Amino acid sequence: MNDILKPATDWELQSMVKQLVAHNMSVELVGYGTKRAVGRPVNASAAITTSGIYGIAMYEPTELVMSARTGTPLSQIEVELAARGQMLAFEPIDLGPALGTYAGSQSIGSVFACNLSGPRRMLAGAARDHLIGVRGINGRAEKFQSGGRVMKNVTGIDVGRGLTGSWGTLAAMTEVTFKVQPIPEDTVTLVYGGLTDELAVELMCAGMTSPYEVSGTVHMTANVAARLLHDGLGNAGKSLTAIRIENFPRSVAYRKEKMKERLKVYGPPLELDQDESLKFWGEMRRLSCLSYSPQTYLWRISTSPKTAPKLINTIKRNMDNVETLYDWSGGLVWLEIPASADAGAADIRRALATHGGYATLIRADAEVREGVDVFQPMTPVVERLSRGLKTAFDPANIFNPGRMYATI
Amino acid sequence: MQFLEPDQGVIRRRKLILTGLNSVIDPAQIITDEDGRRAYETDALTAYKCMPLAVVLPRTTEEVAAVLRYCNENDVKVVARGAGTSLCGGALPSEDSIVVGVSKMNRVLDIDYDGRTARVEAGITNLAISSAVSPEGFFYAPDPSSQLACTLAGNLAMNSGGAHCLKYGVTTNNVLGVRLVTMEGEIVDIGGPQLDAEGYDLLGLIIGSEGQFGIITEATVRILKAAEGARPMMLGFDSAAKAGICVARIIGSGIIPVAIEFMDKPAIDVCEAFAKAGYPKDAEALLIVEVEGSEDEINERLHQVSEIARPLNPSSVIVADSEEQAARIWKGRKAAFGAIGQISDYLCMDGTIPLSALASVLEDIGRICNGYGLKVANIFHAGDGNLHPLIMYEANDREAAHKAELAGAEILKLCVEVGGCLSGEHGVGVEKRDLMHVQFSETDLALQMRIKTVFDPKWLMNAEKVFPLDVRHLNIADAAPDAADAAA
Repeated sequence: MNDILKPATDWELQSMVKQLVAHNMSVELVGYGTKRAVGRPVNASAAITTSGIYGIAMYEPTELVMSARTGTPLSQIEVELAARGQMLAFEPIDLGPALGTYAGSQSIGSVFACNLSGPRRMLAGAARDHLIGVRGINGRAEKFQSGGRVMKNVTGIDVGRGLTGSWGTLAAMTEVTFKVQPIPEDTVTLVYGGLTDELAVELMCAGMTSPYEVSGTVHMTANVAARLLHDGLGNAGKSLTAIRIENFPRSVAYRKEKMKERLKVYGPPLELDQDESLKFWGEMRRLSCLSYSPQTYLWRISTSPKTAPKLINTIKRNMDNVETLYDWSGGLVWLEIPASADAGAADIRRALATHGGYATLIRADAEVREGVDVFQPMTPVVERLSRGLKTAFDPANIFNPGRMYATI
Repeated sequence: MQFLEPDQGVIRRRKLILTGLNSVIDPAQIITDEDGRRAYETDALTAYKCMPLAVVLPRTTEEVAAVLRYCNENDVKVVARGAGTSLCGGALPSEDSIVVGVSKMNRVLDIDYDGRTARVEAGITNLAISSAVSPEGFFYAPDPSSQLACTLAGNLAMNSGGAHCLKYGVTTNNVLGVRLVTMEGEIVDIGGPQLDAEGYDLLGLIIGSEGQFGIITEATVRILKAAEGARPMMLGFDSAAKAGICVARIIGSGIIPVAIEFMDKPAIDVCEAFAKAGYPKDAEALLIVEVEGSEDEINERLHQVSEIARPLNPSSVIVADSEEQAARIWKGRKAAFGAIGQISDYLCMDGTIPLSALASVLEDIGRICNGYGLKVANIFHAGDGNLHPLIMYEANDREAAHKAELAGAEILKLCVEVGGCLSGEHGVGVEKRDLMHVQFSETDLALQMRIKTVFDPKWLMNAEKVFPLDVRHLNIADAAPDAADAAA
């Protein structure tokens, strides 16, 4: 690949795209490139980074809204928000450690382009749910915008949401406007040890179906737990299941007791206070216990909680040395498997066909990602609509060609 | 308002088309007589009326597919309809169209409490979803004021909100999957019970597309466990500006109530007369702030809110002291449109503005309406900036009706000017179609139209809505050559 182009303004980016279109050249779109290793390898004739398009354009804490240029580092945004006691409620995960790059260096644009949400997604919604406005350049080198700065807006087609999760294949976003939330005053975590996957899912669902606004539920195998940096939890030698409760202090104290009562049958939990909780959930956000290793590959499976243990058991029947981290009560499973020629795709997709759900291959060698479906294969009608959508935004197929699907 | 020229060829073929429909769906589901069709000639925007060729009320997804396939093959336009409660003319038929109503498809199909999802048919009413799961203490969050009557299908089409979406989000945030029938008659599942779907966010594009992308027959919605309790309080102020500052301070302090509703004096007077909820009649502006939790949590939160309001010298601070009073407070608010409707005809606007602009926008709205000699009452979802000015006029007086429309358009332009948008929750429909230029460039509109063309290449679905008639030639041609002719 040639040098990376680094526009500083919408106009520069637009001019570059215009040139690319004129010369029939494709382009790899990146922010800071932390997630370049996700998706099918992109074979483009040029690369553009949005990292030169940065800065916070607008922040109104009393309206719970911020606009930022897409190349703004997420870390900068979170610092600005924290200074006013606010945060991104969907606590975007950081794939850096899992992909063998750095933690804390992704751009805000990539968070929305890849729809990355962390444990609080269950309570607060996904990245896609927080996006309320976008500006960008489409594959015709036209500037466009959608949505705005107000959180309720049903004027016209919701183009911005259509861009979330598109991994830079539809348009180059230059500005995103999103909802923010206050940081909870207090947090407590209840950690239960030694539960099977089935019991853990049962426990997590019992937590989520309480009126106590549980904001995080994760469950990990003993081997994954052993990689936690947290003192005490890491060397427990058993699976761990954690439940997070957040609110103002008196409410947290009350809800914690209610929750312990509700979950009594699962044994006495360990309690993590505010500081320990922040560390623990920070590790969950960075997926640091699923860090990069050349010996293993990583899948992300989206399913329904009740289905998850059955699905994982089916996969385990065909595969050894599988490690799992359940998030979202089991609605999301991170599956670490030994590296292999097809990354276990055949077995995993067959299990999904039986039980229901979607899978994305998050980490595997480039040759493997070239050979298997990295994203969930589509039904024929969805494929037709998706191809149409790609054409509507990017008729010459210049942005990240083939990154999500070989045919699009 | 200008409408597309109806296709006289289609109108002439009416008998043939009815025969064709009879062959693909049980004739008992087709309404062809004039009296029967009259019930479908308008929606809640009653200023516009038009008799469709026929009305079809299918009972299954397959029947919807058969009807759409037939209409697509025969170039007959289709207008999808839920309960007809659209305030923007979203379900208004055209003379050359078939209305396809989903109201007979209203069953709950499956409830997964552990996964916190419910699969329902789209013709179910909004409130019926909550009713179905309430025995287990769950609810479906979006709560438009018309929730007793409006269907989920209409909510999905318009991405409806409600008073409580400050905390729980709007429809698009509470739906995980849909079964969609395309104009070609294909049945396709988008999303499902999973929290994150894969691939392009087609669901995000379909929700809020105002019946232009297909007909949704089933949906998987999120259901939530209800809080232990909830209680509203009322804060009266002697000016709208103070109420606006109070809202900003509540949110700035880190408290997100489930709802913060604002009413101005004219709205307070009408709603109090209707609901007798004890609204403070001496206040120029009223806030209804509701918080949730246990008894103790509620008390602490309401106390904090009172403390935040105190320096602004509220003229009254009233905490609901019983469930009955709480219900009356909400009854008054939710019945506000109806109550005002009893004293006058009105046009309901639905712009959204940044909260910081509230005081100046209300002043300007007063000035605009005054200029036309019209009265206005304002209701505002203050937490999320969604403003509903109700412009009162005499419907039989054509000139007054025209003035109300002009005032409404000025108000919506004002909303966009201050950084807001034309519609927060009602949709564009025909009502705001020609104002889309105020908010979007031609490039923006062309992009949206190209996406519409992906789903409906011939532009047969709700074709008169959303997009101004004068931009329809743009860029459609290169997306799908046939469509340009159809839309022209």
